[in-house]
Amino acid sequence: MRYLPLSPTDRTEMLEKIGVTEINDLFSDVPTTALLKDHVDLPGHMPEMAVDREFRAMAEKNMPAGSVAFFCGAGAYRHYVPSTVDHLIQRGEFLTAYTPYQPEISQGTLQALYEFQTQVAQITGMEVSNASMYDGSTACGEAVLMARRASRKKKAILSGSLHPQYIEVTRCATKFTEDITLINPPSVYLVDDLIDQIDEETSCVVVQNPDFFGNIQDYTKLAEALHAQKALLVVVVTEVVSLGAVRSPGAMGADIVVAEGQSIGNGLTFGGPYVGLLATRQKLVRTMPGRVCGETVDADGKRGFVLTLSTREQHIRREKATSNICTNAGLCTLAFTIHMTLLGEKGFRHLARLNHAKAVQLADKISGIDGVEVLNKNFFNEFTVALPMDAAEAIERLADMKILGGVPLSRLYPNDPDMKNRLLVAVTETVTEEDMDRLVCALKELVK
Amino acid sequence: MTTYYSEEHEWISTEGETGTIGITEYAQNALGDIVFVEVPEVGNNYDKGDEIAVVESVKAASEIYTPVGGEVVAINENLESDPALVNAHPETDGWFYKISLSDKDELDELMDAAAYKAYIDGLE
Repeated sequence: MRYLPLSPTDRTEMLEKIGVTEINDLFSDVPTTALLKDHVDLPGHMPEMAVDREFRAMAEKNMPAGSVAFFCGAGAYRHYVPSTVDHLIQRGEFLTAYTPYQPEISQGTLQALYEFQTQVAQITGMEVSNASMYDGSTACGEAVLMARRASRKKKAILSGSLHPQYIEVTRCATKFTEDITLINPPSVYLVDDLIDQIDEETSCVVVQNPDFFGNIQDYTKLAEALHAQKALLVVVVTEVVSLGAVRSPGAMGADIVVAEGQSIGNGLTFGGPYVGLLATRQKLVRTMPGRVCGETVDADGKRGFVLTLSTREQHIRREKATSNICTNAGLCTLAFTIHMTLLGEKGFRHLARLNHAKAVQLADKISGIDGVEVLNKNFFNEFTVALPMDAAEAIERLADMKILGGVPLSRLYPNDPDMKNRLLVAVTETVTEEDMDRLVCALKELVK
Repeated sequence: MTTYYSEEHEWISTEGETGTIGITEYAQNALGDIVFVEVPEVGNNYDKGDEIAVVESVKAASEIYTPVGGEVVAINENLESDPALVNAHPETDGWFYKISLSDKDELDELMDAAAYKAYIDGLE
């Protein structure tokens, strides 16, 4: 579709056609008191070169992740995205293709979505996936609503080690629904403690693996306890690369798996757009929100793809739909699919092993610093460090040295004194040994 | 065995204290090809008018409200593998559930075959 602006002649012709003299006549129904009379205070035109200079100066005030030693995670992770991904998603057929509700002109998009769903189901160990959600946090909220539909019960229990922003989003998603969410403090996250909270009103327990602090648990026993009460296990994965090394939520007995897919195919981009994953068991497919792409045959018996199970969606089911979402994270989903295809199963597992090996290497080096302790018994590529000083202050001093040393937990738990000295450190395949040594040296100096 | 009809195009065939319930020929025709039927759980109790089942076709999903109250004593297990039974034999093999009537007087509020035929003729 081409965009050609209207000329003054076009405008005059159109106004004449509808019998109006000037454009302002069309606003005659707006009360005069509501009409804007003054000019809006915006700067005037600037030549392209000057615009470039102005924005470049603004951008230079940032310290981008790619230019420094970078150890920040807490739900978004810096991984290397091969240039092939951008090269392919920038193709017009993908970049500007619209929503694939007309299958006869959308087979490319739909086939890619089908591949995506297959990849998500495989890495999560589940039977079926949808065509993506907006991001991991909203997918988590949707999973709680889905668990209510599937269990016909209302009480969702959230583990204390679930990402605090995911807890907030879930709280918001359930604010005006019948759901009751039991929100635990960070100290309540162990499998046995969560099992103790289950009763006959429980719809689900929501856990994260690896959790917000980096800890990994086997939730099989929790899944069994929930199934005995006809309730569901929802597992959240914020670092999708972990699925290449950690036992899948499906293998542990999860009923719904939601994840943030950003790590694969998508950069940090200051928080978004990202891509939410949602996978479940076949028997729950009708309670699943979001679009679902299916494989079928056309009138000539040839294979084709369509959006299917549409009676779950609001354009058919209205207020009884499984969700009001009527889109998916199209381009980010495609980037995920392309990157995952380039990795393949072997590459994905290798990437995960590499992340873990580097994280172990850094954790060992950090443990060697007097006064500094790595708190985790286990972790994948992210762990919590206890410093002998205020962590928020420490990272400011590290930033002065061009090191983005991690996320101070006080930023997400501002009222918890236990979190003041704690730092969440993430290590991906992009971290070099030089980066690690710079961080360790700097920390040694800081804590002296 | 007597059969009654509701304005929502459900039929109920009673034998003693038990009623067998499904949707009528008129309803299956309006819905189109049926792809899924969500039936209630055996043992659950419902009041007259409660939402008790859902019928999904390719283009729509319709809630079914039970024309009489009682306890569900059986469900049609064939519908899971062959939902098209509802299109082919809506008033016989395509039945949804059997209910043990809690109040036989509720049947008085339903139509007989002749009244239902007049009703649907009036709808066209």
